[in-house]
Amino acid sequence: MRRRNPLVTSAAVGVYAFLYIPLIVVAIFSFNDSRLNAEWVGFTMKWYRQLIENDAMLQAAANSLIIASCAAIAAGVLGTLAGVALHRFRQKWLTALVLGPVAMPDILIGVSLLLTFMLMNISLGMMSIILAHVTFCIGFVAMAVQSRMAGMDDSLLEAARDLGASQWQSFRLITLPLLMPGIVAGMMMAFTLSIDDFVVTFFTAGVGSSTLPLEIYSMVKIAVTPEVNAVSTLLMLLTLILITALSRFSPQSLRS
Amino acid sequence: MKNGAKALLTLPPAVYLFLFFAVPGLLMLLASFRFPGDYGGLAPWYYVEDGAITFDLTLENWARLFETTLYLQLLLKSLLFAVLTTAICALLAYPLALTIAASPKKHRDLLILMVILPFWSNFLVRIYAWMIIFSPQGALTEGLNHITGLLGLEPVNLMFSSVAVITCLVYVHLPFMVLPLYANLEKHDPALLDAAQDLGATRAQRFWKVTWPLSLPGLYAGAVLVFIPTLGIFAIPDLLGGTNGIMIGNVIKQQFVESRDWPFGSVLSLVLTGITLVLVVLAGRLGRTPGALT
Repeated sequence: MRRRNPLVTSAAVGVYAFLYIPLIVVAIFSFNDSRLNAEWVGFTMKWYRQLIENDAMLQAAANSLIIASCAAIAAGVLGTLAGVALHRFRQKWLTALVLGPVAMPDILIGVSLLLTFMLMNISLGMMSIILAHVTFCIGFVAMAVQSRMAGMDDSLLEAARDLGASQWQSFRLITLPLLMPGIVAGMMMAFTLSIDDFVVTFFTAGVGSSTLPLEIYSMVKIAVTPEVNAVSTLLMLLTLILITALSRFSPQSLRS
Repeated sequence: MKNGAKALLTLPPAVYLFLFFAVPGLLMLLASFRFPGDYGGLAPWYYVEDGAITFDLTLENWARLFETTLYLQLLLKSLLFAVLTTAICALLAYPLALTIAASPKKHRDLLILMVILPFWSNFLVRIYAWMIIFSPQGALTEGLNHITGLLGLEPVNLMFSSVAVITCLVYVHLPFMVLPLYANLEKHDPALLDAAQDLGATRAQRFWKVTWPLSLPGLYAGAVLVFIPTLGIFAIPDLLGGTNGIMIGNVIKQQFVESRDWPFGSVLSLVLTGITLVLVVLAGRLGRTPGALT
């Protein structure tokens, strides 16, 4: 595959432009001194200043962080167990249960959980959002752990048992450390999915438990204002920093 | 001991997902046969009178699906949107994946990262970006209307149209198509193309007889990953579609949140679930076709 066709290459450049231009437009207009996102008037930081004074937005950001951290930890534990179980026992029903929420459209998870929470008298709030996020995050952690398990050398466990390690000891001292990169990768995935989630949160959130995506949604529903550009730009910057940090903290460096 | 370890590993995730995935599915199935409550929600599905249980279930909600052609039309339109989105994604992803696979090895990871990077910005931010681009005061609309004005045509409004919805659907789902396609193309043996060239195949023949058939499994995988989430989406039509661009997801949301008719909302959700399950099974079959490269 080393041949290149100039026509194909320019099409590819065009697709990259399609991917980036919308986001660049958002970022540029966040510094524009006009309420309309239409033409460049002049440079300003006032939308960012307004943002810092927006208590609802700050509260929503804090909620998002709490929810994503709790969901990542709970899904990390349950997903690791599920990943190991899937690899060891290969039960079809467990595979369907763990990967089902990954394959289903978000909206179905959202409305069926709304129904369930109401029927079980679980009040909608931070707790119901966390419970819902864990549901769709388990599968992603399990997949990451399962692929680590598949690459593991079983003779290590046999050697440990020959040397007199109990089942728990060999799990804690051999399996778990070897699985760590998979677990960490899965939990980061869970954190990202949770903090980005709009659809499932939309159906399972109650009064006073607004998250960042919900807050952005209600702002955008009313009017397109440059304040939304400012939040969006900050969020993009945050993801960029997170990804750069993650690539330093990649599985290779964890393997040692 | 062995059984103890098995239970310890399997039970916690199994119980959790039973409670929050399997039970909700079953409750939804039951809800689709129940009567709506007086103030939204659900009416009780059985009564106990003098020790005898009377069930209060109905097929009305399912019948409502076929009473008018409205919902079938909506379903067809959603399927059409999903097909179009998948096809356009494939059309855009193919040259991109091909170019990345043909790049020097050291650049490939960076080029792929550049495809995923916009995908990691918040979902709503990506929709919002298109709200700006399609806005009536935006440069795109003004430029287009300048041209239509010169041609003596009616001015167009891109915001709140099917075009806006499909463009954004493509934008949001494109990486799902690029990644499996690239994973497939990258594995092709260059010797195959060399052999085809030696045997006198033209550039077009080399593509259609070698690269294209070998890339089909990657294309199928990408199609499933784009099609399923597209079909159930509601945020994009909600923000960009106006009244013309709504899809089945919008009606499901409307039933659960605004009109609070949960039984009928459940019926629509189950229809969507059914379509998804059929697609997942079909995709599994396609993946196992003899001779398919995975």
